[in-house]
Amino acid sequence: MAAAMPSPPRATRADLVRIAELVSHGARVLDIGCGDGHLLEILRDERGVDGRGIELSQTGVNACVSRGLSVIQGDADTDLADYPDGAFDFVILSQTIQATQNPREVMTQMMRIGRRVIVSFPNFGHWKVRAHLVLRGRMPVTSSLAYQWWETPNIHLCTLADFTALCDLLGSDVESTIVMDSSGTARTQKGPPGWWANLTAEQAIFVLDCQ
Amino acid sequence: MTTQPGFALPRGAEKAPSRYYMATMTNAETSFDPEGAASGAQSHVHAFGVDQPLRLDGGVDLAPFEIAYQTYGDLNADKSNAVLICHALTGDQHAANAHPTTGKAGWWNHMVGPGRPIDTDKYFVICQNVIGGCLGTTGPTAINPATNEPYGLNFPVITIGDMVRAQAMLVDALGIEQLFCVAGGSMGGMQVLEWCASFPDKVFSAIPIATAARHSAQNIAFHEVGRQAIMADPNWQSGNYDGNDSYPSKGLAVARMAAHITYLSEAALHRKFGRNLQDRDSVTYGFEADFQIESYLRHQGFTFVDRFDANAYLFITRAMDYFDLAADHARRNGRDSGTLADAFRGTTTRFCVASFTSDWLYPTSESRQIVHALNAVAANVSFVEIESDKGHDAFLLDEPELFATISGFIGASARARGL
Repeated sequence: MAAAMPSPPRATRADLVRIAELVSHGARVLDIGCGDGHLLEILRDERGVDGRGIELSQTGVNACVSRGLSVIQGDADTDLADYPDGAFDFVILSQTIQATQNPREVMTQMMRIGRRVIVSFPNFGHWKVRAHLVLRGRMPVTSSLAYQWWETPNIHLCTLADFTALCDLLGSDVESTIVMDSSGTARTQKGPPGWWANLTAEQAIFVLDCQ
Repeated sequence: MTTQPGFALPRGAEKAPSRYYMATMTNAETSFDPEGAASGAQSHVHAFGVDQPLRLDGGVDLAPFEIAYQTYGDLNADKSNAVLICHALTGDQHAANAHPTTGKAGWWNHMVGPGRPIDTDKYFVICQNVIGGCLGTTGPTAINPATNEPYGLNFPVITIGDMVRAQAMLVDALGIEQLFCVAGGSMGGMQVLEWCASFPDKVFSAIPIATAARHSAQNIAFHEVGRQAIMADPNWQSGNYDGNDSYPSKGLAVARMAAHITYLSEAALHRKFGRNLQDRDSVTYGFEADFQIESYLRHQGFTFVDRFDANAYLFITRAMDYFDLAADHARRNGRDSGTLADAFRGTTTRFCVASFTSDWLYPTSESRQIVHALNAVAANVSFVEIESDKGHDAFLLDEPELFATISGFIGASARARGL
């Protein structure tokens, strides 16, 4: 087949490896902001999931579909309303929530259409970020926040504590949290993260039980 | 009817007067041998007798009737590798073979063939001339058994649903319980959607391209211009032209010219023709075809009348105008109204929807409505918008990104189907 060109070997993002481990075998999964379909490919090939994706960039969508993934061009801010309640076992939003216009509405929709919601995002409460702002008086630019303020797509950054507060506001049950430091070392804990995690984690994965 | 000397035939144009075909056909499974065939490509013809009527949306039964079709590749032992290709308004069953009258390559030869995205080395591909058509399937050019005259305007008005039910009868007759894939662009895409709504269990995967779930007011408007052009031709004679001394060539040519503009884009017209003059250095201050675009359109119109029946054009454009899948589906299920999502509820078909950026006849917004409806029933759907400046016609052309998409989708569907 013309499209069956082998994908170049890619380094899998640490959070994607962790997220894939959270998804049960054969589950129905919606990956919002699926990019070039890397996570969906892992989930399909290694966990046999029935995966779907939404991606804003048409280039990303076309790349996904030509690799045999079920992906549509769409916008997390507007297109989640189409899906019926409880349509998916897992709804995943990896490294995307900070780029949405209305994170609260996106979260509400995800909790409606998924039995479990998995969200990963960079922690704006990480000590390096805090230090950057306090000591240099400049907007932080770090490995997980690699943009200057004038060009960043990240318009709704938050700390782990901020996100926990949104979950509380939405009445959502944080089942577990995986916090990762800059070396990629991950630690799983039950429930929401504490103050130490909010200081030391560079990024985090929240698992919400929406049943 | 005359052909136009001095013109090179464009892609897809053929010379034999298709409206004579039915008269040469017998009522049994037979080969297809149109007058003036330039190559050996022949169509199968399947005859459905008076005991197998096609129940039309308009409330009447059509019987007997025949379906002319082409096949490519081999059906596997468990009959699970069949792909149905649905043709567009002025297409026909010759999707991937040299046309019997023109010898030109099939209208979808980029897409269908050995090693192509729809690979005839792996799949058994069927393409049927639609009911109401004029290349072998029963339509207004066929002989009405009640009068022994061509049906003409007495042919019953048909719908996209009728076309699809006729196709399903042939698929049943071939012993195929489920199609691995149904694919088509434009009106072919409408048939794909209709298949998925009417026969959800018979469609494993579906590829509606450059299409819509209902015909827009603008598209109905263009069709009406075409129909009025045909009817305004004095040779049309209320549809009773005899095809020898009288034929509404001018009306049909104008209809084709108007329609052809809608298949292109401003950018493509500019790129191909600009304001270039045709075989002259300056304008003539008259009404000859001074501009290349005029000459091109006239050529498109003139060659079209040699391969298409004027009445068939009326009936098939009408079928497209009537298409409104949400309303049709609701009505057939005894409801006054319904959403497009209702038409797809419970579907297990895998969908791949595709549109083109410069297609203003079936714009991306129409495809997006289909995708929204499919999402609303949590269907398995992919959607790509292909960057192209070639307008609606892009679905027929060499578009590598479309081919990559379709290859990827069909490959994944084949794995899911165990093919």
